[in-house]
Amino acid sequence: MTNTLTLNKITAQKGIPVAEAAKKIADLGWNPSYVQEAMTFPTDYKITKAPRDPMKQVLRSYFPMQEEKDNRVYGALDAALRGDMFRNVEPRWVEWMKLFLAIIPFPEISAARSMAMVGRLAPGEELRTGFTMQMVDEFRHSTIQMNLKKWYMENYIDPAGFDITEEAFGKCYATTIGRQFGEGFITGDAITSANVYLTVVAETAFTNTLFVAMPSEAARNGDYALPTVFLSVQSDESRHVGNGHSMLMSMLKEPENHLLLERDMRYAFWQNHAIVDAAIGTFIEYGTTNRDKNKESYAEMWHRWIFEDYYRTYMLPLEKYGIKIHHDDVQTAWKRITEKNYVHKIAQFFSVGWPVNFWRIEAQTDKDFEWFESKYPGWYGEFGEYWKWYEKLSHRGQTNITFNPDTGYVYPHRCWSSMVPCVVREDIVTDTIDGQLHTFAHELDRWTAVEAFAGEYQGRPTPAMGRFSGRREWESCYHDWDLADAIKDLGFVRTDGKTLVPQPHLRFEQDEMWTLDDVRGFTLKSPLITLRGMSEAERETHLAQYRAGFTINPCN
Amino acid sequence: MTATEPATFKSGAAGSAIFADSDSRKYRYFEPRGKRATHYEDVTVDVQPDPERYLLQDWIISFANGKGAYSKDNTAALSSNWHLFRAPDQEWERTHYQRQSKIEAMVQAVIANGRKAGAPKAFDRAWIKVLQTHLGAWKHAEFGLGTALMQAQRYGYTQMINNATLTNSSYKLRLAQDITLYLAEIGMDIPGFDDEAGKRAWLEEGVWQGTRHAVEAIMGATDYLEQYFAINIVFEPLVGELFRSGFLMQVASPNGDFITPSVISAAEADYERNLANAIDLFHVLVHDAEHAGHNKGLFQAWLHKHTVLAAKAAAGLQPIWSQPHSKPVSYADAHGHSLERFGKILGELGLDIPRE
Repeated sequence: MTNTLTLNKITAQKGIPVAEAAKKIADLGWNPSYVQEAMTFPTDYKITKAPRDPMKQVLRSYFPMQEEKDNRVYGALDAALRGDMFRNVEPRWVEWMKLFLAIIPFPEISAARSMAMVGRLAPGEELRTGFTMQMVDEFRHSTIQMNLKKWYMENYIDPAGFDITEEAFGKCYATTIGRQFGEGFITGDAITSANVYLTVVAETAFTNTLFVAMPSEAARNGDYALPTVFLSVQSDESRHVGNGHSMLMSMLKEPENHLLLERDMRYAFWQNHAIVDAAIGTFIEYGTTNRDKNKESYAEMWHRWIFEDYYRTYMLPLEKYGIKIHHDDVQTAWKRITEKNYVHKIAQFFSVGWPVNFWRIEAQTDKDFEWFESKYPGWYGEFGEYWKWYEKLSHRGQTNITFNPDTGYVYPHRCWSSMVPCVVREDIVTDTIDGQLHTFAHELDRWTAVEAFAGEYQGRPTPAMGRFSGRREWESCYHDWDLADAIKDLGFVRTDGKTLVPQPHLRFEQDEMWTLDDVRGFTLKSPLITLRGMSEAERETHLAQYRAGFTINPCN
Repeated sequence: MTATEPATFKSGAAGSAIFADSDSRKYRYFEPRGKRATHYEDVTVDVQPDPERYLLQDWIISFANGKGAYSKDNTAALSSNWHLFRAPDQEWERTHYQRQSKIEAMVQAVIANGRKAGAPKAFDRAWIKVLQTHLGAWKHAEFGLGTALMQAQRYGYTQMINNATLTNSSYKLRLAQDITLYLAEIGMDIPGFDDEAGKRAWLEEGVWQGTRHAVEAIMGATDYLEQYFAINIVFEPLVGELFRSGFLMQVASPNGDFITPSVISAAEADYERNLANAIDLFHVLVHDAEHAGHNKGLFQAWLHKHTVLAAKAAAGLQPIWSQPHSKPVSYADAHGHSLERFGKILGELGLDIPRE
């Protein structure tokens, strides 16, 4: 029997093995002797061992691979339109994409920028190709996501909110949560931000909930565009995980890095949990209309992706290199999600603030209640009345929950560290930075802002570490403003000059839509300015009451 | 458990209900450069925020020195509106991958077909030496410029500037890799081909030291716009095009090599795009309503610094023109074209050719 001939066998010629090609490309660099490169990105880490490139891919194969992935994505978007996707899509879901897609292109492009930082810090050139590909990948992610958002704007029933997206990103009361994430990739100690926070934790652990769990939920809501784009994005992440891990292994070789790594792993894990679980947990649990009891809840997915996959197989093994892993932090995060209803309290916060957002948030209803109760026993007792109030107050002429004394809701303090409010009220702590009082959602958030982001850590100078800055509490920006004036200032008014961009419902009839007149006469207050204005005794009383929580009154 | 069910709707598609802004289907937070926003503008403008535009709460993390994520003083250039610049090549991810992928397919097809035809064995012997030594050295210059641009794309004040710098970096690093793999592949067909000769020449041979000095000066600059300026306005016309178009592209085929010009031609097309982007950006800055004078003076200073280095680099390369057997073009002619091109570029920006 003769061997079968194929075109490949006839035309094939000897090429360079992949490992050999990668080796030759890694030899493109050299040590400059005429002019030294300036180390413009400060770090307190010491890196002497050249990191290895685990992927050994070269641009010759990278670009065609990415173009092919793109062709599939754009083909699928065309097919979605031909298949009339928007006829069957759930607006409850797409509305949350106004927030998600306002946030995510900035962290993505920040990741591209951060490749400049690690690219120059890593000795040797082997991993440079990996960083180059990641830089172009992140450029891909940022612009492909902007394109998806434009596509929603062009085809979805209510484009308002998508049409002001990047402006809204800079102003909305919830988006600094995402900005803390993105700025965290590019500011401060270059290794803390561009390696540990971005790659070792955000990409390795939390992109699974962002880019895998969330697309599944999108598909359940008739949106198969988002999964197409984001699973394609996620397919790039394995290379980024490899880059991060390789850099991490180089840093582990230096014992003097271990204290900083312990600090940064701790900060990055906790803050990723606080930010990503707040946002993605809400999108998945509250942005869906699918209440199939056989599907995993966000808590169950978290256990699979973060606890089992990341904590057990990635974080724990670092102990053998001498890094102290804070197991209790992982357990605390898990308990916040499962026992302290973190995600549900965040969803409450998002919905309370609907007038100063730029998307529609619909009330949860009976079908949702049943699902929540089955997945999170006790949910109805704590949140059922709240959502009934929300629905009742979603009609024009009603008073928003924040200003409505009948509901029993107490507006939360903002965490100075994660930008997420202090919704697990018993955990709130305060501390001062440069003589100014601040509130924190948890002791670990206080530790992050006060101890980790400082010029010294446990007696060791850390001159490269960043600082938390800016007008971090959104509410301070509009303290004592009338709500209607604040909304106008934010630009969250439609072009008729009166109808609000945000709405607390999915009713699309014009006469159902709230206008500036419906929200005028309520004064916004900053919880932090108010707290700072109290005497010490008043403050203690206030915080004790805050820790005790609140009870939602029955909604009749 | 009771709560009122929401009102039902029939469709989530555009046009299925009419209400305020139900037809607002364009981004309305930036001024397009032309009458309508281009696709590039839609996916690019304002993604990198600015406290002077919409960033209500300012940057919320700072470096230890108090500076936020992006600050205007990352460059000595000044602008009354950094957001004005739009890249003429309109590059975003899809167009970037399409272009890069096509180039890779073209380059690989040319190399594969050439090798199948036994072309590398037919290269002139002297030309083979030129390739292994001088094209081999040149790949390091391209790599150095690519890494400088990778560094620079962190610092620009807008997304438009940084993305144009990023794609420029991507093009340069692709070319450096293309040359590396091309030489390695033809090296398999040419007995005695020394794949290490290029790096040795880059590090040690006199003809390349001026070029290496010029490239390292760009890599070592701390002003991102100086890097972008030095590469596209100075180094590329005076050294890059001189060597690529003025030598490799013209001298290869008379010496039996039809592959090298195809590999290199992609870089010339890359540069046309990057030059257009650079000229547009610097044109905006030299015509700035408030800072035109300052910027012109600054660019003139950058021009002087990098032209001196680039001129030395170009002069250093002169002996290479006499190394091939067949010499269809003289260094003097190539250099003349290069100076002419340089003059035209500076003319676009209203800058003067430095005297020296």
